[in-house]
Amino acid sequence: MITAERKPIEEILEYLEPYDRILLVGCNECVTVCAAGGRKEVALLSSALQMARMKSGRTLEVREMTLERQCDPEYVEELVNFIDQAGAVLSMACGCGVQEVARRFKDKPVFPAVNTKFMGASERQGVWAERCQGCGDCLLGLTGGICPIARCSKRLLNGPCGGSTDGKCEISPEVDCAWQLIWERLKALGLEKRYEDIISAKDWRTSRDGGPRKIVREDLAS
Amino acid sequence: MKTESALEKILAGGHLAVTSECGPPRGALPEKIKEKAGMLKGYVDAINVTDNQTAVVRMCSLAACILIRQMGLNPVLQMVTRDRNRLAMQSDILGAYSHGIDTMLCLSGDHPYFGDHPMAANVYDLDSIQLVQMVKGMRDEGKFQGGDEILNPPKMFIGAAANPFADPFELRVARLAKKVKAGVDFIQTQCVYNLERFTKWMDGVRDRGLHEQVYILAGITPMKSAGMAKYMKNRVPGMDVPDEVVKRMSGVSKDRQAEEGIKIAVETIEQLKEVEGVRGFHIMAIEWEQKVPEIVERAGLLPRP
Ligand code: SF4
Repeated sequence: MITAERKPIEEILEYLEPYDRILLVGCNECVTVCAAGGRKEVALLSSALQMARMKSGRTLEVREMTLERQCDPEYVEELVNFIDQAGAVLSMACGCGVQEVARRFKDKPVFPAVNTKFMGASERQGVWAERCQGCGDCLLGLTGGICPIARCSKRLLNGPCGGSTDGKCEISPEVDCAWQLIWERLKALGLEKRYEDIISAKDWRTSRDGGPRKIVREDLAS
Repeated sequence: MKTESALEKILAGGHLAVTSECGPPRGALPEKIKEKAGMLKGYVDAINVTDNQTAVVRMCSLAACILIRQMGLNPVLQMVTRDRNRLAMQSDILGAYSHGIDTMLCLSGDHPYFGDHPMAANVYDLDSIQLVQMVKGMRDEGKFQGGDEILNPPKMFIGAAANPFADPFELRVARLAKKVKAGVDFIQTQCVYNLERFTKWMDGVRDRGLHEQVYILAGITPMKSAGMAKYMKNRVPGMDVPDEVVKRMSGVSKDRQAEEGIKIAVETIEQLKEVEGVRGFHIMAIEWEQKVPEIVERAGLLPRP
């Protein structure tokens, strides 16, 4: 899923400074799962903003809404009856949701309330970690199901650098060395020999380096 | 011979090679690099020039290499894949070769996290093994990585690093094998303090016959003080300084620690000479270049061929 973290309230208040009525929009998908921008977080942020405003002697009217999927035009359309009353939209979705709202409502300012972080998985309650960078040409089949692009600090494709120590990355004892993990996994699978197959220079065109990406499925496209 | 490299000539001739290292200055100070290289003249076969080492901005390795080349010495162009993509690296290689630089060392480089610009984007378009492959392709096939033909292809003698002390240890021979497969000609290792672990790694290297496919130069760094020994032990990732070495350094008075460090370096070289497959030494005296001649002399490595 896509993970996110709420922005500091001061930054959000600064965005909202000119407005007295806003539409605060959460999303039921990824940001709900990572507890950054679901219904619950929308309610919490709403009261925090109103309290902060009251302290400065002004009021803020907040209409709360949480869409099924903010990156989907079908659901964003649900905002249409409420948008006119709001001076601005504050979105708690990932960057995709923010942009979808901005695209639909061309004359309405939209501000992000979260920082979109990465594509990751939940390691345990309350902890999410990066797993995929969407390079567009998956090589997990070669690396034992562990991605060196997302999980090695130097995205090395052919093995651990000289800084790998006790299973940890040279940048921090808090970070697992991806290549230690890959090696252990290859061993567990009896595929150590695979390690010596050179993964040659990657074609980054399938990644962000090739420009903004798009998928067109002729069989589905209308 | 694959190249005109003086280092290749010496190694192919069966001599023990000696290389050393200069870190370029943190400013536009050409005299500094000349001064450092000048100290090494006559004592080493080639001089590595680091590329923004420890991710700290310095004069570029290429410019410093040119200055050293103009002194009639043999620089080794170090290149890390951290700061430049494949276009920039290949154009630098053409530029280097145009200035008579024919030996290089392919590295991935320290993460920017360690340096003076931790906020910088790290590039890593290639890793060190892919860089070796690219330089070999430029030399042997006369082709850019993108496939086009090169006019007058650069003939580089290709080096890479190996760290027998990093983890996982059991993978470290396989990693060398992979570099050999990619086409590396010579290896300079991480500084050797733990001889036991180094010889164990060399056993694995010989078991696979890798010592016959690549020239291995053992890394030597003299320690200036007990403080430096402790720092290297505890703070430098991938560095293996055994307790005995730290003890030995702390065991002598402060004013004699530098001499003790040199002694350890010389003894290490003597012991490594006995290890089959070690074809020379890479002496990295960090900001202590003036001591290299003494180490080379005391280790019985003079005169240079
Ligand atoms: S220590 Fe491991 S994860 Fe960290 S940069 Fe080196 S290879 Fe990558």
